[in-house]
Amino acid sequence: MNWLFRYANPHNFMRLSNVLLPITAVATALCLGVGLYLGFTVPPDYQQGSTVLLLFIHVPADVAAEAAYGAIAICSLLSLVWRHPLSDIAGRAAAPFGAVFTALGLITGALWGKPMWGTYWVWDARLTSFLLLLFLFFGYMALWNAIEDEVRAARAAAILALVGVVNIPIIKFSVDWWSTLHQGESIVSGKIAPVYLAPLLIMMLGYILLFVSLWMLRIRTVILERRARTLMQRSAA
Amino acid sequence: MSPFFTLLARDIKLAARSGGSAFLALSFFALVATLVPLGVGADLRLLARVGGGVLWVGAVLAALLSLDRLFQGDFEDGSLDLIALSPLPLELTALAKMLAHWLSTGAALTLLSPLLALLFNLPPAATLTLFLSLLLGTPAVSAVGAIGASLTLSLKRGGLILPLIILPLLSPAVIFGAGAVSLTLDRLASGGALGLLAAFSAGAVLLSPFAAAASVRLNLGG
Amino acid sequence: MNFDLGPYGVYIWPAYGVSAVALIGITLWSVIGWTKARAALAKLEQK
Repeated sequence: MNWLFRYANPHNFMRLSNVLLPITAVATALCLGVGLYLGFTVPPDYQQGSTVLLLFIHVPADVAAEAAYGAIAICSLLSLVWRHPLSDIAGRAAAPFGAVFTALGLITGALWGKPMWGTYWVWDARLTSFLLLLFLFFGYMALWNAIEDEVRAARAAAILALVGVVNIPIIKFSVDWWSTLHQGESIVSGKIAPVYLAPLLIMMLGYILLFVSLWMLRIRTVILERRARTLMQRSAA
Repeated sequence: MSPFFTLLARDIKLAARSGGSAFLALSFFALVATLVPLGVGADLRLLARVGGGVLWVGAVLAALLSLDRLFQGDFEDGSLDLIALSPLPLELTALAKMLAHWLSTGAALTLLSPLLALLFNLPPAATLTLFLSLLLGTPAVSAVGAIGASLTLSLKRGGLILPLIILPLLSPAVIFGAGAVSLTLDRLASGGALGLLAAFSAGAVLLSPFAAAASVRLNLGG
Repeated sequence: MNFDLGPYGVYIWPAYGVSAVALIGITLWSVIGWTKARAALAKLEQK
């Protein structure tokens, strides 16, 4: 664990992210550029026609949203068990991006639903559990904002995030169970033709890199803001 | 009497006195059951179809009404500090409060549910499933609710944020509970759904005292 | 590259549009926040 703690120190994190951030930013731009180019050059699917293009932005948004919740969960564990202040900052910093990715997954899913199922919203297991995930992000952010004392807010939010992590698989299972009970229309078949696999994977990587870059930048911003606050308090004293 | 039961008896007494949370929860539950037919129409076949789900959602919302006060009252007047100093571990304190909340809301709502099922024209078999599912599922509402209540206990307006925090976490209970009633309506076996609901409840009741105690501790500054 | 998406274009373009706006939006928000924080800190450190 020692290597982790070395980078969990704000000063070391600033140095590390100063090197990493330009790399991930360039990689993000490359992945998204190449992914989009490949996406718009693939032949239309014989079943779904050009709507296959929605796959390239829907699935990556979902994956990035899950990654964001996973990041919050890991930070929460670190902050509760080892009480490290950087993981408090990091957990909070990931939440707004996670909420945006979840919302994008829902919006693109709805726009996919209209041509595929004839209606914008289908109570499909996948969309339903993402709607619930969006509320989990909202609850986490609301709790953080509601409690004024930052240390207490961080630990309360961490407890909530960990309870959420235990519950997410159960929610997913129950929603799957529910959608077979009510015979909802199933999502378009899981098999993806190989021509679509390359743009999909590259777009996924691009979204995740974008999340990682923005997350690091946000953590850096909060560290600077805290440094500024301490300076102000010191000069006021 | 052991401190656990003293605390339990005290909380139940507070909830059961006139104008207490038990009466409010039951009235709210009955009002939901009255308003929904006014909203969706008096078609008895439709009401039977949606009755299980409506009563489940109504029961969860009714149980939520009094949740924000679960720890808050004792926190504000300082008695929570005293309770925390007593030999009773905070985990058991949380369990006692949870149990008191369940007995004064969840259990009471369960007992009222067959009467409201009548208003929704639920057949006897489905009414029985509804009763069983509420009996098995409402402990999870109190348990998950206690986590939310402990996280928001220091907030003046904790009651506003509490539903946002716990309702998504409670969705499995609504799914399995109302699902069991649907299965019975379709003359299918509901045992599997009830089993899943019982497992969810058991997990929630086992885990939540620890989460609730941890967050009470952090709010007491420990 | 094929930009003629046929009848489904009305669903695909808005989806790409919303995604682009949102992703560019969160990027701008983060970058602006960073520049502001850095400027504020530099000002304080000068004093």
